[in-house]
Amino acid sequence: MAANSFRPRVLTALAGLLALSFGSLADSRIEDQAEQFFRSGHTNNWAVLVCTSRFWFNYRHVANTLSVYRSVKRLGIPDSHIVLMLADDMACNARNPKPATVFSHKNMELNVYGDDVEVDYRSYEVTVENFLRVLTGRVPPGTPRSKRLLSDDRSNILIYMTGHGGNGFLKFQDSEEITNIELADAFEQMWQKRRYNELLFIIDTCQGASMYERFYSPNIMALASSQVGEDSLSHQPDPAIGVHLMDRYTFYVLEFLEEINPASQTNMNDLFQVCPKSLCVSTPGHRTDLFQRDPKNVLITDFFGSVRKVEITTETISLQPDLGIMESSNKEDQIDEERMEPLKYAEQLPVAQIIHQKPKLKDWHPPGGFILGLWALIIMVFFKTYGIKHMKFIF
Amino acid sequence: MAVAVRLALIVLLLLGPGGWGHTEPSRDSLREELVITPLPSGDVAATFQFRTRWDSELQREEGTDHYFLRYAVLPREVVCTENLTPWKKLLPCSSKAGLSVLLKADRLFHTSYHSQAVHIRPVCRNARCTSISWELRQTLSVVFDAFVTGQGKKDWSLFRMFSRTLTEPCPLAAESRVYVDITSSKQDNETLEVNPPPLTTYQDVILGTQKTYAVYDLLDTAVINNSRNLNLQLKWKRPPENEAPPVPFLHAQRYVSGYGLQSGELSTLLYNTHPYRAFPVLLLDTVPWYLRLYVHTLTITSKGKENKPSYIHYQPAQDRLQPHLLEMLIQLPANSVTKVSIQFERALLKWTEYTPDPNHGFYVSPSVLSALVPSIVASKPVDWEESPLFNSLFPGSDSSSYFVRLYTEPLLVNLPTPDFSMPYNVICLTCTVVAVCYGSFYNLLTRTFHIEEPSKGGLAKRLANLIRRARGVPPL
Repeated sequence: MAANSFRPRVLTALAGLLALSFGSLADSRIEDQAEQFFRSGHTNNWAVLVCTSRFWFNYRHVANTLSVYRSVKRLGIPDSHIVLMLADDMACNARNPKPATVFSHKNMELNVYGDDVEVDYRSYEVTVENFLRVLTGRVPPGTPRSKRLLSDDRSNILIYMTGHGGNGFLKFQDSEEITNIELADAFEQMWQKRRYNELLFIIDTCQGASMYERFYSPNIMALASSQVGEDSLSHQPDPAIGVHLMDRYTFYVLEFLEEINPASQTNMNDLFQVCPKSLCVSTPGHRTDLFQRDPKNVLITDFFGSVRKVEITTETISLQPDLGIMESSNKEDQIDEERMEPLKYAEQLPVAQIIHQKPKLKDWHPPGGFILGLWALIIMVFFKTYGIKHMKFIF
Repeated sequence: MAVAVRLALIVLLLLGPGGWGHTEPSRDSLREELVITPLPSGDVAATFQFRTRWDSELQREEGTDHYFLRYAVLPREVVCTENLTPWKKLLPCSSKAGLSVLLKADRLFHTSYHSQAVHIRPVCRNARCTSISWELRQTLSVVFDAFVTGQGKKDWSLFRMFSRTLTEPCPLAAESRVYVDITSSKQDNETLEVNPPPLTTYQDVILGTQKTYAVYDLLDTAVINNSRNLNLQLKWKRPPENEAPPVPFLHAQRYVSGYGLQSGELSTLLYNTHPYRAFPVLLLDTVPWYLRLYVHTLTITSKGKENKPSYIHYQPAQDRLQPHLLEMLIQLPANSVTKVSIQFERALLKWTEYTPDPNHGFYVSPSVLSALVPSIVASKPVDWEESPLFNSLFPGSDSSSYFVRLYTEPLLVNLPTPDFSMPYNVICLTCTVVAVCYGSFYNLLTRTFHIEEPSKGGLAKRLANLIRRARGVPPL
C-alpha cells in the first residue's frame, strides 16, 4: 500500500525536477538575451584628442596625442569623427632633425605623425573657449564640419587630454587654464543636450586625478595618469632629437593599444592595469562610479574603435535605371561635343585698364557725430557773438 | 528570365547614343604634370601641377563686379603633412595612381623649399564671357637640397627624390606627363644625361627664354617598360660649372628698419636688372592694423629721384576690423633699384589680444608684386589647350613679355608687450592689503571680549585631588 502511494510521489518529484531543469535552461537563455540587451547601446564613435602645450620642449605632449590618434584611427574611427587639437607644430618645427615626423620611441622606431594626419585645431586655435565650444556644440555659424563634434545620444566619445596640469586645473598654452569644475559642467551640458551615450575621459598630466574628481554626470568613466600630489613623469629622451619623446603613462597605453585589433574582446579592467607603479612611478587612477555598466563588460573597442554590428541579410533589391536622367545626360554629352570653342583666360595684368580707370564713386554718407557736433559748436558761437537777429538772413 | 531581359535593356541603353567609351576627351578632364628642373647648384626643383576642369551651367552677367573681390592673407602658417592631406584629397586619383603616388610627406618636407597652392578660376567659353568653365589647378613645388638629403652626390633619380617610382598613369587623367629641363644639356653638349632617353622633346619660350624639355608620357605604353615602372635618372657628366646663375629681371626684398618699440620703417626694394627696358609692377601691401602707417611718409625713389606711381589705391585700417591696403602701379626704370618706404608706429594691444607667445613677435604678410617682365626671346602665340600646364598657369597675351607674380619675405615685428604677471600680482597684493589692514581693523571694531570662568577641572583633576587628600598633600 505504502509502496504504491510512494511511486506516484517519486514520479511527481522526478517530473518536478525535470521541469525545473528545463526552466533553468530557458532562464540562462533569457539571461544571455538580457545581457545582450545591456551591452553598450552606441551606434557611432567620436574622439576628441587635445594637446595643450606649446614650445619645442613639450614635444612629448604632441607625441602623446598623436599616438592616441594613431591607435584610434587604426581601430576604425574615421577622420571625420576625430577632433584633433594640437597646440604647436613639432613635425615641421625648425628644430626637428627629421621633418614631417614625430617619434614615440627612441631610435626613431615609430613615426606617430604618419602620412595622412588631419589636425582640426592647430596652434593658436587651441584655447579653453574653443575646447568648450567643441564639447558643448556652441560653435560659430561658419565653423567647418571637421571642427565640430557632431555627436548624438548614441555616440560613445573618447576624450584624451595631455599637457601640464596641477591640482584641479589644466594649463592651456602657457596663458590660460581650465578647472575641473568647468570641465564637469561642460560634461553636464553635454549630458543635458544628449550629446553622448557614454564618455571615456583619459588625462595624462601631473596630478591628473584631480581633473575627474568633480564629475557628476552619468555614464562617464575616467582614467588619469597620476593621483593628486604626484607628478606624471616622461619616458625617455632621444639624443638625436634632444627632448623627451613620450610620457610614461601614454607610452604604456600605446603599447597596450598596439595589441588591440578591431575584433579583440579585451575589456576596460585590462586598461586599468596598464602602467603599474613600478613602471610609471606615479599611481594611475580611475573612476567608474558614474558608469552604469560593469567595466569588465566594456570592450576597449567600444571607445577606441568603431566597431559596427552588422546584420547579414539575404534579401535582394533590384535597381531600376532612371531613364529620364540617362537621356538628359546623353543629350548633354552631345551638346558638349558640338560646342568646342577655344577657351579664353582673363588678362593677367591689364596695365592700361588700371591706369585709366575712373575713380570709384563712393556712396554719400551723412556727416557723423563729430562733424555735426563741431558745426553745431561753430554756429552756436557765431550766434552768441553776433546775436540772434542774424538768423533772419538765413531763413 | 525577366531579370535577364531587363539587364539586356539596360546594357542597350548604356551603349546607346554617346554613352559608353566615346573617344574625344571630355571637357571635365584631369591633366597632371611633373616638371623636373636641375639647378646650376646641383639641387633639383620639382613642380607638380594637376588641373581639373568642368563646365558650369550658370550664365553670367557681362563684366566682373569688383565690389565682391576680397583679398585675405595669413602671414604665417606652418606647412606640414596636415596641410598636404586635404590637398591630396582634392585630386581625383588621390595618392593611389598617376603622378600623385610621388607625394610622400616625409620626402616633400625634407626640402629647402616647399610650396603648395590651389587656384580656382573661371575660363571664358565665349567672347563675351557669359558662359564659363571652372578650372581647379593644384601646384606643389619643392627644391631638393643636394647636401642635406643627397649626401653631397649630385646624381638624382625619382626614387632618390620621392622614394617611389611611377608605375601607371591616373586612369581618370586625359594627360599625364613628366617634363625634364634639359636646356643646359643641349647648349653645352653632354653636361646632363637623362636616363631612360626621352622619346620626344618639347621646345618653347618659357618665362622669356628658350627652353628644351624631355617629355615622358605615361599614357604612352612604350614609356613604362616591362619592369612596369619609370625611374628617371639625371646624371651630371661633367660637374656643373660654378658660374653665377643668371639674375632674374625682377626681384624684390623687404625689411623693417628702426629701433625701439615705438616706431619703425617698412622698406621694399624692387630691382629691375634689364639693361634697357622699363616695365610696370603692381605692388600690393597688406599691413596689419596694429602697425599704424603714416601715409604722408610714403616715398618711392628710383635712381635717387622721386618716382610717382601711375595708380595708387589706399584703404586705411580700422582698429581690430581690417588691415591697411596699399596698391600701387609703379614703372621701374631700366637697370635700377626702386625703394618704397613708409614709416609706422606700433600700437599697444589689449592684454587678451596677445598670442600665448607674444615675445616671438607679430608677422606682417609679404607684399605681392605682379609684373609683365620683358622676355629675351619673343614667344609665339600658342593654343592654350595644347601647351603644357606650366606654360598656361599665367598665360600672357603679349609675346614680348611674360607675367610673373612674386612674393617678398614676411616680416617679424615686435610689439610692446605688457607685463603679463601683473593681474596675478595685483590680486595677491590687494588681497593681502585687505586681509591685513581692513581685516584687523574690522576685528578690533567688532570683536567683543567676555570673561570666562576657569573650568573646575575635569575628571583627571578630581581623581588627582582624591589621591593627594589620601596622601595628605595639599590639593591642586
